[in-house]
Amino acid sequence: MSSGRSRKKAEKPIAIAGISGNLGRLLTRTLHAEYPIIGIDQRPFEGKPKDVTHYQVDARRRKAENIFRRRNIRALVHLGLVHRPTPGRPVYREWNVLGTVKLLEYCQRYAVSKVVLISTAYVYGPGPSNSNFLSEDTPLLGAEDYPEMRALIEWDMFAQSFFWKYPEIETVILRPVHVVGPNVRSAPANYMRLRRPPMLLGFDPMIQLLHENDLIQAIMLSLEPGMRGVFNIVGPGEVPISTVIKELGKTPVPIPHPLAKPLAKRLWRWGLSKFPPGELPHLQFQCMVDGTRAKEVLGFRPRYNLKRTIRSVLG
Amino acid sequence: MGKIGDRILDAIEGITDEEVLDKVKRLDTRLNEFGVDPFGFDPKFVKYGIPFALAIYRKYFRVEPKGLKNVPAGRVLLISNHSGQIPLDAAMICTAMIVDAEPPRMLRSMVETWVPTLPILSWFFPRVGQIVGTRENCQRLLEREEAILAFPEGVRGISKTFAQRYQLEEFGLGFMRLALRTGAPVVPVAVVGAEEQIPSFISFKPLAKLVGAPAFPVTPTFPWLGPLGILPLPVKYRIHFGKPMHFSGDPDAEDEVVGEKAKQVRRTIQRMLRDGLKARKNVFW
Repeated sequence: MSSGRSRKKAEKPIAIAGISGNLGRLLTRTLHAEYPIIGIDQRPFEGKPKDVTHYQVDARRRKAENIFRRRNIRALVHLGLVHRPTPGRPVYREWNVLGTVKLLEYCQRYAVSKVVLISTAYVYGPGPSNSNFLSEDTPLLGAEDYPEMRALIEWDMFAQSFFWKYPEIETVILRPVHVVGPNVRSAPANYMRLRRPPMLLGFDPMIQLLHENDLIQAIMLSLEPGMRGVFNIVGPGEVPISTVIKELGKTPVPIPHPLAKPLAKRLWRWGLSKFPPGELPHLQFQCMVDGTRAKEVLGFRPRYNLKRTIRSVLG
Repeated sequence: MGKIGDRILDAIEGITDEEVLDKVKRLDTRLNEFGVDPFGFDPKFVKYGIPFALAIYRKYFRVEPKGLKNVPAGRVLLISNHSGQIPLDAAMICTAMIVDAEPPRMLRSMVETWVPTLPILSWFFPRVGQIVGTRENCQRLLEREEAILAFPEGVRGISKTFAQRYQLEEFGLGFMRLALRTGAPVVPVAVVGAEEQIPSFISFKPLAKLVGAPAFPVTPTFPWLGPLGILPLPVKYRIHFGKPMHFSGDPDAEDEVVGEKAKQVRRTIQRMLRDGLKARKNVFW
């Protein structure tokens, strides 16, 4: 349990980009007993375990490259565009993509053998003509009607081209469905925490949820030697949004859909709502994915059932 | 509200035939802990909807299903002619498979991609087991050993005018490629009676375009009587289920090759329609 170095499987450390976020801290708690961990994040790492070295740097700066040059890193886990749109922070997305470009460049230059990138199933985009379960080969149309999502797609496509370009590096791209849990502050988790979550009048699409610990499990499986590829990560099942809200003991606010987009945009801009307008299509159309590949190749099985996954946002 | 709703549902359950409720209970569904399947199907909606469908099925159209035993267990594609301006033929075929087939069978049919854009229908259709008709969806359902109902004539079939009744339109090839890919047998289905439920003199194309509908039928009562005009006549439905047809070959073959196989199904249904019409003495009983 403690940080005895001798216990650790490998001497070569794992770098986690975006370690200071909720998911990053959670991942560190799981990993640091087994592997030496290096954190890379501009934000300070609150409650950092003693045996973790944290570099509070901008990935685009020379200092970040120095970490790779000196530390002989075995694997990079990139927690991606921590999917948390914030009003009035467009720059955020900009540097997120650029930062990743830089980090992957270092991985290639300093022979990091494994890269795990956490994208999102949002990249496929909700739409009326979607098949019920989209495979990993589905075109990424998530930004078609919602430019807010553009950085997400850009990021995923960049990760994919890295995967093809450097076959000597084991690149894993995970596309989890809505991640929820007691720690994460993802858009869907925040939505479920709203006192009265909005729904679109006459729409109740099916959704898939994934417990944060199940995502951690998927990341651990991806770190195993030999694993590479793009994987949808699906939780324990599919339910209508209304069922989720009911299970949480809440009452939704139905909004007629022609009003919803302008309304959500205004409220967001004025800082009156915690609901990002780019998420709106998820309340109207479905964007569910097929997790067969992760099941067969990674051996991933969610450990949390639907009820526990839904209720986890309350904890 | 919850209480009143529950009472209404209890009342519906109360007036439903025990035997029918038992059939609904015996439908092969694989549900999760919240009582829905991965496609959003919720048998509750069938349970509370079936009394209404049944009233139309037994009392209004007095549907006579024939050859239900021909539908094999496991994956299967039911291919039917499409007629009658409003898709009651689909509802009646599905009802027949639930209340008159043994064991009862849930049929999945495909909806157009604009259905998910319509409020209410967007969730109602999935809850009663109908899903967006993409190739992946159909394939996935057949691989789950489910039964799919499809109308390869599409909207051209249902919006036929009275003069063209019981003349099958060209068949789309999607169903045949699916049958070849999944090895699912094809059961030809002929619905006799639905063509006369809403006789349409002409389909008024410009007006259809204007309201964004696939067709704008002009009937003795529509649009003259307004919405009342779409009330179907109390015709008698006869639904013939034919012997299963098995196909094999390359699912990605040229259109001509696959089209030849689709034509076999079309010819079979056309023949079943002809025989059914010959045997029929009267449109209304």
